[in-house]
Amino acid sequence: MAELEEFRASVRSWLEENAPKGLMGKIGDVEGGFWGGRKPVYPYPESKAWFEMMLERGWTVPHWPKEYGGGGLNKDEAKILNEEIARLKLPLPLTGFGITMIGPTLLQYGTEEQKKKFLPEIVRGEIRWCQGYSEPNAGSDLANIQTRAMVDGDDFIVNGQKVWTSYGNLADWIFMLVRTQTEGKKQVGITFLLADMTTPGVDVRPIKLISGNSPFCEVFFEDVRVSRANVLGTAGGGWEVAKALLGHERTMIAGMGSRVRTGKAENPMEAAAKKYVGLKDGKIVDPIIRDRLAQAQMDESCFALTVQRNSDNMKAGHNPGPESSIFKIYGTELNQRRNELMLSILGPECLGWEGEGFDKDELALCRAWLRSRGNTIEGGTSEIQLNIIAKRVLRLPD
Amino acid sequence: MELVLNEEQTMLNNTAREFIKDNSPITRMRKLRDDNDPLGYSKEMWQEMAELGWTSILFSEDDGGLGLGMAEVVVVTEAMGRGLAPEPFLSCIMLAGQALAQGGSPEQKEQWLGPIIEGSQVLAVAYQEKGGRYDLAHVAAKAEKTSNGYRLSGEKTQVLDGFGADAIIVSARTSGEVGDAEGVTLFLVPKDAAGLTVTRQSRVDARNVALVKLNNVEAQESSVVGEVGQGVELLGRVVDLATVALCGEMLGGMNAAYERTLGYLKERVQFDVVIGTFQGLKHRAARMFMELELTRSVVMAAARALDENAPNKEILVSTAKARCSDAYTHIANEAVQMLGGIGMTDEEDVGFYMKRARAAEMTFGDAAYHRDRFATLKGY
Repeated sequence: MAELEEFRASVRSWLEENAPKGLMGKIGDVEGGFWGGRKPVYPYPESKAWFEMMLERGWTVPHWPKEYGGGGLNKDEAKILNEEIARLKLPLPLTGFGITMIGPTLLQYGTEEQKKKFLPEIVRGEIRWCQGYSEPNAGSDLANIQTRAMVDGDDFIVNGQKVWTSYGNLADWIFMLVRTQTEGKKQVGITFLLADMTTPGVDVRPIKLISGNSPFCEVFFEDVRVSRANVLGTAGGGWEVAKALLGHERTMIAGMGSRVRTGKAENPMEAAAKKYVGLKDGKIVDPIIRDRLAQAQMDESCFALTVQRNSDNMKAGHNPGPESSIFKIYGTELNQRRNELMLSILGPECLGWEGEGFDKDELALCRAWLRSRGNTIEGGTSEIQLNIIAKRVLRLPD
Repeated sequence: MELVLNEEQTMLNNTAREFIKDNSPITRMRKLRDDNDPLGYSKEMWQEMAELGWTSILFSEDDGGLGLGMAEVVVVTEAMGRGLAPEPFLSCIMLAGQALAQGGSPEQKEQWLGPIIEGSQVLAVAYQEKGGRYDLAHVAAKAEKTSNGYRLSGEKTQVLDGFGADAIIVSARTSGEVGDAEGVTLFLVPKDAAGLTVTRQSRVDARNVALVKLNNVEAQESSVVGEVGQGVELLGRVVDLATVALCGEMLGGMNAAYERTLGYLKERVQFDVVIGTFQGLKHRAARMFMELELTRSVVMAAARALDENAPNKEILVSTAKARCSDAYTHIANEAVQMLGGIGMTDEEDVGFYMKRARAAEMTFGDAAYHRDRFATLKGY
């Protein structure tokens, strides 16, 4: 214990001395992440220096083994480092799907050669990754993927299409599910493959959403040659690898919730209600909006308390309880209800798409509302979540 | 605050659940109803619960209790709620017991705390009047000052466990108008007081509730509980505790109704399959489960907030009661629907949970009442 306290003290003093003051407070900024890659874009003037000083200490990915460029910190130390970074309200020095998704999966399934090639490039921020899973005919039924990989000597020739690939237009490499076998059960013919996005035959097109521009892309593969050495796991064993990666993704999403947020002093819904609906004798003038606001805040409270209960249970040494299976569906539906309530609060002022006669916040709300409709669809639809709860928790029969 | 049961609470939970499972299945409650049992609960069962220590939990050691907290209370009431055990925990221990613990004179405590903890005497609190909904200040019953005390007149309705109670704490107005928060006083009236009539009412959840009529009942100065004119304030604090105890009961009931439903989905065969294979029912059952988990979290939090005297305790009490009110009625309604025809029969137990859910919803404030209180506490 004393060693950990010493570690915390040394981390704290180093950060206080060296971390760029200009980045302190930027922890909550949505556009504040540095994603690395062949064409790096630094969000703030100090981001480059911050990244480089942390890279030097091995702290861009502190919990990975030193032999692959990580910091070699154990779980407790990595937790302490993250807490100390958050304490100064600093953004993380490097982010991306390399760290959160493909990296942990490489550590789990990669050959020594693959680990030595791919992991250091992630750590050094040199390569930016994207995910090629879904296809037009393979959404909830992911095993239905049809992108074909045919053997040609030491390579595969890949033909097909991926959809919903976030930042496909900015990524350097893609990890993808391809079909190497069409006979037998769907899952058995799936292979997990890593490919360079600059390979001839790869074409990326951004997808526009009802909310406007988005990071999502379609990625087309026309006779793309990929080395068979880039199979992660075994040929035909890709489904297991894919599921493992989804587990790491879920851990990442769960972790996002626990990072300290720069909370505004007043609840934004309350502030909006006071501004757009008005108070009389201390009460919101519209009793229905007032009631809906109370309900929304109660929902938020019950949700937060359930997240806490799950966390308290794990701290007490128990496994994650069945309550954790409700987080995705409940959290996303709650977010949608919150957005809809905000629309009701703003009234016609919420209808602005762009330009004159609308506040910045009003325009942002309209986009946020539209975008929120996707929350219950992406990452496993609500219907699939209910199926999972019914099957795994309630043990209802197929 | 930690939303986990510690070792002692886990043991209490296990023994309480075992006790109710072995001694208080729904058949017991059903029989009391079928027999039109005047008391509506069992004195013997109540004393057994007292022997288990349930009645002592919340009282301080000075008052003869165990000096534990609401976190332990909700464990016990949840177990009781699973079996719809009708014993007078809410009325006697929470309402009357806490009114005396927090506002009783040394003489009143001396006279009553020991016996109610023992389970040999039962006290009730008459705070509700027809048309008052959930406003503790809606008191028309009058307390006229006399030369040696007060003269009480008026009518109280649906007094929990009022019938057969050895004494009733009554709220009556010493000053002010109906609806004024100031001017209400609590009086401890023994059952044999002249002018007091207590009539057992028949309520949909078959619980002992009584119509209490006061016809010029003489009450001495020494019968005042707490401060003259400050009854609403004392009642408010006491009702917050009782509310969370009730939330525990509701949590138990909604879990039992859900378990019955889940069991039915796994055994009922129609169209050559177990009906639990139908996705529509799977999804509804999964949503019931979600509500149970969310409700459990807030009930635990409200109990602990009261124990810690947290600054947001009233907000959590209201959040818990609103949640329980909505969740219990929803789950019980769904249970009846999903059990189909038999869900509507009296022979099936699930209807009892639906009835109790509604009665519990309308005790100490329904969801709308608590959303209003929540908003006011939050400043909007």
